[in-house]
Amino acid sequence: MALRTEELLLNVGPQHPSTHGVFRIVVKIDGEIIKEATPVMGYLHRGTEKLAENLNYTQIIPYTDRMDYVSAMTNNYVLVSAVEKLMQLEVPERAEFLRVIVMELQRIASHLLWWGTYLLDIGAMSPFLFAFRDREIIIELFNELCGARLTYFYMRVGGVKWDAPDGWIQKVRDFVPYMRERLKLYDDLVSGNEIFLARIKGVGRYDAQTAIDYGLSGANLRCTGVKRDLRKDQPYSVYDRFEFDVPTRTEGDCYARYLLRIEEIKQSLRILEQAVEMFPEGPVMAKVPRVLRPPEGAGSSRVESPRGAIGCYVVSKGKDSPYRLKFRRPSFVNLQILPKLLVGESITNLITILGATDIVVGEVDA
Amino acid sequence: MGELLTRPLTWGSFLTFFLMAVVLLLIILFMVTYAIYAERKILGYMQSRIGPNRTGKFGLLQTPADVLKLLIKEDVIPEKADRPLFKLAPVIAFVPSFVVLATIPYSEHMYFADLDIGVLYYVALSGLTVIGIVLGGWASNNKYALIGGMRSAAQLVSYAIPLVISAVGVVLMSGTMNLRGIVEGQAGWFWNWNFIPQILAFVVFVISAIAELNRTPFDLPEAESELVAGYHVEYSGFRFAFFMLTEYVYMIAMSALITTLFFGGWHAPAPFLEFIPGFIWFLLKFCGVFFFIIWLRGTMPRIRIDQLMSLGWRVLLPLSLGNIFVTAIVMEIVKAING
Repeated sequence: MALRTEELLLNVGPQHPSTHGVFRIVVKIDGEIIKEATPVMGYLHRGTEKLAENLNYTQIIPYTDRMDYVSAMTNNYVLVSAVEKLMQLEVPERAEFLRVIVMELQRIASHLLWWGTYLLDIGAMSPFLFAFRDREIIIELFNELCGARLTYFYMRVGGVKWDAPDGWIQKVRDFVPYMRERLKLYDDLVSGNEIFLARIKGVGRYDAQTAIDYGLSGANLRCTGVKRDLRKDQPYSVYDRFEFDVPTRTEGDCYARYLLRIEEIKQSLRILEQAVEMFPEGPVMAKVPRVLRPPEGAGSSRVESPRGAIGCYVVSKGKDSPYRLKFRRPSFVNLQILPKLLVGESITNLITILGATDIVVGEVDA
Repeated sequence: MGELLTRPLTWGSFLTFFLMAVVLLLIILFMVTYAIYAERKILGYMQSRIGPNRTGKFGLLQTPADVLKLLIKEDVIPEKADRPLFKLAPVIAFVPSFVVLATIPYSEHMYFADLDIGVLYYVALSGLTVIGIVLGGWASNNKYALIGGMRSAAQLVSYAIPLVISAVGVVLMSGTMNLRGIVEGQAGWFWNWNFIPQILAFVVFVISAIAELNRTPFDLPEAESELVAGYHVEYSGFRFAFFMLTEYVYMIAMSALITTLFFGGWHAPAPFLEFIPGFIWFLLKFCGVFFFIIWLRGTMPRIRIDQLMSLGWRVLLPLSLGNIFVTAIVMEIVKAING
């Protein structure tokens, strides 16, 4: 006699420890196997783009802090660089270097946070605390630089708000070898763990064509072997002056994404090392008018954020606030492949795959 | 105390055992309190933080404070829950955890039941807990709790089998299922302890034991990142405390059982150290095993349910069966050589 079985509709989130914020996904499960997955987003939607139409350009910057709140510096940059392009502003070299240093520090901080929380999703507890301890050093550096730990409001159109305080550059210089040591420890603790490998190897696999079709970017794209990094392909700021590699892998699974992010931390450390050596003197702010009125037209910029290609498109009608502002948010785009990946996986793998995508709900919903 | 068991039952011996059982209960409660404290402290140091240090000296009163808080919390029962079962489940889960403590010989003269089937008794009764867990998961009327409960049932049933079969190797060597007998068979130097001749059984037993305890890396029934809290997601207040108590009492009981079966119970590692009381040795070894379980929690990620099942059935079960086979043959050969 066959037992009668039923499919179960399981609501994961928005209040769930592993959806990293208020993301919600409704899954139809048969036993523990997912038959259908429907992501529901928008719980953190604040209408940033619409709000921006009534704010002047400097006032928009703090809103970008709150989009991808674990990588506020890159968000700052994408907005100010779009406006700078529109206004054809020349940014002082020292400011550009400061921007690169904080963006790379931010990338490390963001990847560390991802690393810790991902391991927490997998069920390991200690890495989370290890990662947060090291991330704290970066947060403290930012705090010293601009007086905020998470939402920095550091960059301005035409430069940065604060010059580096005395000894700050030295602290960044000291951080690089320290972090390299810590990465070795991380590798010892996690990267070779059999259970960990069994959990993530071959899980959530897709090929390069699928990744391109879905418009994925960042580690989610590079894990399929596509060598695409805006820092190299369309160098912005002063990235063309540094020597670094764009790591890629071909497996296309969660394991590849994991290794790539660890490798990206190492590459960021390389950039930091060179940036603090080449750090120039000079002003940190260009001569810009008090109230910004960009000329009529449109400006856009694309930046490699820790989560992928973040883009900003500004349309100006010559007023002090933009006519239209649009952000291409990598978390939002990367998330779109989720329903396709989840079919046929177990609930446990739902968490593994979602975690490896590295979303920040503030950015998904903006 | 042991001799009393062999004499006819009198009021005097009844009272002695009754009092001793109450004392044991209190000791275990005390131990659980400080086991939780120890776990939090040790994990804290492993994770470069301090751990509880505010309530009382060195945070020693943290767990009593936590328990007190749980006891005075509002007792919430979900509206759609199956009320009688919901209330019964923690009790069913909890009672066997204390009952199994009776067979453990804590020292040469300190034991509560001298059962000839001690090993079986332990495994059989500890298996009852799964009923409580499944009931709790089912009665909560919550999908996460249900999945947690089902996982738990699958896990505990699958891992009880390699657990008991690996223990058979030890039983073969000692020729008895009596836990005291097994300890007595391990007298002398530490290489007589079962974990060396029965290394395979030891490894299988420890892995299965950790799975039975629902501890990392086998903590799937309450996998926080997937199932929020698993089978006890709807429990709060003292019913939740009961589930936690069950878990920690089992941790203590299982550490004691591993000490008994594989680390020579109350025996000293070398004969010339026998002047130190057996109870101290038992406690030391027990703490070692307990620390190991906490240590795993500090380092391991969680295994996936299908991997857990295939590990249990496809690796541990054949290994433990093979171990019985090899042990039996070697014992026969040894017997033949010794004539």
